[in-house]
Amino acid sequence: MLITCPYCGPRDVIEFTYQGDGNRQRPQPSSQDLDAWNAYVYDRLNPAGDHNEIWQHSGGCRAHLRVVRNTLTHEISSSGFARGDHKAAARHKSEAKS
Amino acid sequence: MVERQSPLEPEYYPGSHGNFEHGVDVILSETRPGSILQLAAWPGEEKRLMSAIYKATGLALPDGAGGGVTDGARSAFGFAPGKFTVVDEAEGLAAAFSGVVTPAIGTVTDLSHGRTAMRIAGPKAEWVLAKFFAIDFALPAFPIGAGRSTTHHDVFAQIQRTGADQFDIYVFRSFARSFWKALCHASEEVGYEVQ
Repeated sequence: MLITCPYCGPRDVIEFTYQGDGNRQRPQPSSQDLDAWNAYVYDRLNPAGDHNEIWQHSGGCRAHLRVVRNTLTHEISSSGFARGDHKAAARHKSEAKS
Repeated sequence: MVERQSPLEPEYYPGSHGNFEHGVDVILSETRPGSILQLAAWPGEEKRLMSAIYKATGLALPDGAGGGVTDGARSAFGFAPGKFTVVDEAEGLAAAFSGVVTPAIGTVTDLSHGRTAMRIAGPKAEWVLAKFFAIDFALPAFPIGAGRSTTHHDVFAQIQRTGADQFDIYVFRSFARSFWKALCHASEEVGYEVQ
């Protein structure tokens, strides 16, 4: 499985660390809404298909990435910086979109 | 300054080794730069940091991911978004950045004692490195001056191409001797010389 890092280009999955479901919405730290916290901690879509995920390129540029991975085929349909403010530095922009 | 000891010393054997009957195809050496710095820009401050690097070292970094430049004595390359490694043969480069990289631009971290620099040069350098790292070492994909960060097993490595068939590799000092031994083993088949 190859993940295209927007900074480093296509790299083997061994360089990356899974950082969890990218669909989670963290409540405000001061939130008292227990349902929202419960959903943040436990509720997962678990789709058979495209899944939004957060990965870190821990064995490379160490950037956090927003990746769409197909859970059936492991196909990566998109990847980009999780923070999304380094677009100018992206060398593999076109590949990242493919 | 305190005299720096090389972590490679117990395994550093100058001379020709391996399968060198038909010639030496790679030359391994430790470059022992005096200064190895890591510079990081706050988001949006990348351009100002790059001009600060130019001001302090005279190295004009190209735009784009992994872009780098070397003039022999000094080298710089990007290894992550907004982050750069700057190397100088001479000690004391961190002092040159004080006042140039202000707290508003970013940070300077002196890693001179924390990294070990090795150089692999020769017609088979790409071949040997391709056995370690799953990245494209061909010249069009990895131009002279450019930098890459990757890992060999869990040994994090920053690689800069400093010549058409020459690469400088920066690894953690604590892993350096082990990595050096692996590099020597991997070079045996092509014949290598340690300088």
